[in-house]
Amino acid sequence: MNWEQLVKELFPEGHSVNRAGEMLRGEGKVNGATVAVIGTTDHAYIGVELALALAGEILNVIRSFPKRPILFLADTRGQRLSRRDELLGINVYLAHLSSSFALARSRRHRVIGLAYDEAVSGGFLAGGMMAEITVALPEVHVRVMDTTAMARVMRIPIERMLELERNSPVFATEAGSLHQLGGIAEIWNGNLAEHLQKVLVSPPEAVDTRAEKGYARGGRLYAAPVISRVCKHA
Amino acid sequence: MEHLEFDFPASTDSSRQTPARRDSVLVGVVSSGNLEVLVEQASLAGGCRVIVDTSIRGYGAIWQAVLADFVKRYRPRDVQVSINDAGASPAVVSLRLDQAYEDFQGDAA
Amino acid sequence: MTSADISTVRRSYYEATGRQRIAALLDRDSFHEWIGPRERVTSPHLKLFDVPVSFDDGVIVGRGTLDGKRVFIVAQEGGFMGGSVGEVHGAKITGVLRRALIDRPHGVLLLLESGGVRLHEANAGLIAVSEILHALLALRAAGIPVAALIGGAYGCFGGMSIVAHCCNAIVISELGRIGLSGPEVIETVAGVEEFDSRDLALVWRTVGGKSRYLLGDASRLVPDDIPAFRAAASAALLLSRALDLENLERDHECLAVRLNFYGDCKDAEEIWSRMGIISSRQVALLDEAELVELAQSLPNRKVI
Repeated sequence: MNWEQLVKELFPEGHSVNRAGEMLRGEGKVNGATVAVIGTTDHAYIGVELALALAGEILNVIRSFPKRPILFLADTRGQRLSRRDELLGINVYLAHLSSSFALARSRRHRVIGLAYDEAVSGGFLAGGMMAEITVALPEVHVRVMDTTAMARVMRIPIERMLELERNSPVFATEAGSLHQLGGIAEIWNGNLAEHLQKVLVSPPEAVDTRAEKGYARGGRLYAAPVISRVCKHA
Repeated sequence: MEHLEFDFPASTDSSRQTPARRDSVLVGVVSSGNLEVLVEQASLAGGCRVIVDTSIRGYGAIWQAVLADFVKRYRPRDVQVSINDAGASPAVVSLRLDQAYEDFQGDAA
Repeated sequence: MTSADISTVRRSYYEATGRQRIAALLDRDSFHEWIGPRERVTSPHLKLFDVPVSFDDGVIVGRGTLDGKRVFIVAQEGGFMGGSVGEVHGAKITGVLRRALIDRPHGVLLLLESGGVRLHEANAGLIAVSEILHALLALRAAGIPVAALIGGAYGCFGGMSIVAHCCNAIVISELGRIGLSGPEVIETVAGVEEFDSRDLALVWRTVGGKSRYLLGDASRLVPDDIPAFRAAASAALLLSRALDLENLERDHECLAVRLNFYGDCKDAEEIWSRMGIISSRQVALLDEAELVELAQSLPNRKVI
């Protein structure tokens, strides 16, 4: 689904979302209230400029619109792989983006991350996954790294890599696998506007429950018990 | 990966029995050509058990020889040694075993 | 027993294992490990690849004291799978950070040495890093200081480099490296013309400790010496870095200025030149004390 169709379905009451390069921004109405919309499109590579621009949008909302909900639409191929971005400190820019999300949440903005096409590694990590709740459309692919590159770095044959992607939720790239692992809270099928409304009226999640969800869904059986054990140790 | 277990019964040579100072000791890192060795107190009727998980298959006999040598040197009593190995040479294995056990024994050795 | 007796012994941080670093950084015998090797909580995913596990899954966590003050500590073991973050490894770190929110120690020390997400655990590793980031930012919001220490052979890359910059401060040595994508990964994907990962001088100019320090991305540059790391870590825990709008807007401005001033630089030497460093070629030859002095003379250097 492209971004235009996406925002149309999310905001039947109307929206003003537009694109500026690979960035999306604007507002949408849900039950009469305004939701800030920020995001990326065209499977954007997140480089220093885009990371800064996205952070800037979040800071604008925090500064000018107290407690306004923020919906982050993520379609990204991950961080830009370039020497220039490394030289300028892309990790600092992504940390700044992550911090902006965290500030928004601490200032009681509802923050929802929605992965809608491609959601890869660093870009998705710093952005979409820093929301209070991360959701995905059913057709989304989430990746740590491009399959071929991953096989090369791990030094395993590409056939083996593809076999792992087919057979294991730890390697599979469909949204359902991330859901099973607890990384995605909900998969949004059907009426997107209804899903969004429902989240906005539900109480905010004060703590990160992804490990618990991963355990309950059987996808990650170790994370929650280990976290719990560290907390209870002498 | 290969999983190996070795049991060395209690030695009758009581003159080298020294009380262990620590509950457990860990030395080494599981990096290529290296291994980690965990030495723990255990109830083994005076014997020593060694459990090895190694990434290189087919060296059971070499492990047997290196471990038998270690046991002969130190006569460890009621000790379990657990190893995660990433292809260390016999010399490195021996070195780590010695380091771990001497640390385990402390000044009592 | 204080640290006075070990402070005179020069110990390389680079050469030390994670356990050795903890032992030498904290007050003697004060370290108490959580989920130590005897508990054998190892990775459930590695058997798929026929590779060995490590009893602590490559990360040592626990509590101790630093100059008598209670701290929590995490040390990643670079030697095990490059310090990469898998399900268990990540959960141990997240556990420490969540516990710190409850127990409110004087501070938390993160000895980071990691390639980022453990590819052998893919999605589980990615979510694990995200959980670490969430928990860390909750500590920032609560005003509990966290200092990142970087100086090991494997550097600090991937999602863990984002974690590092969300801490109150970064202490780095000349041998340390911090970046998002490792030079080898960039070379694998984008070619050697983009980044020749075997050109070590280029690697260190781009992601090395001195460069990061000059850019303002690390607040302290120390020699490769554990006592020096210890002193810097102690001081770093006193640096406040509130997660508030004023600070983030200030950071935002600095990051925008950086792109304006240096966005078209082809290499670190060009950046240093524009910073006003007369002999940028000499930067590689300065020791860290000389470099710190030089950095302090630069009017535009701001720590982010």
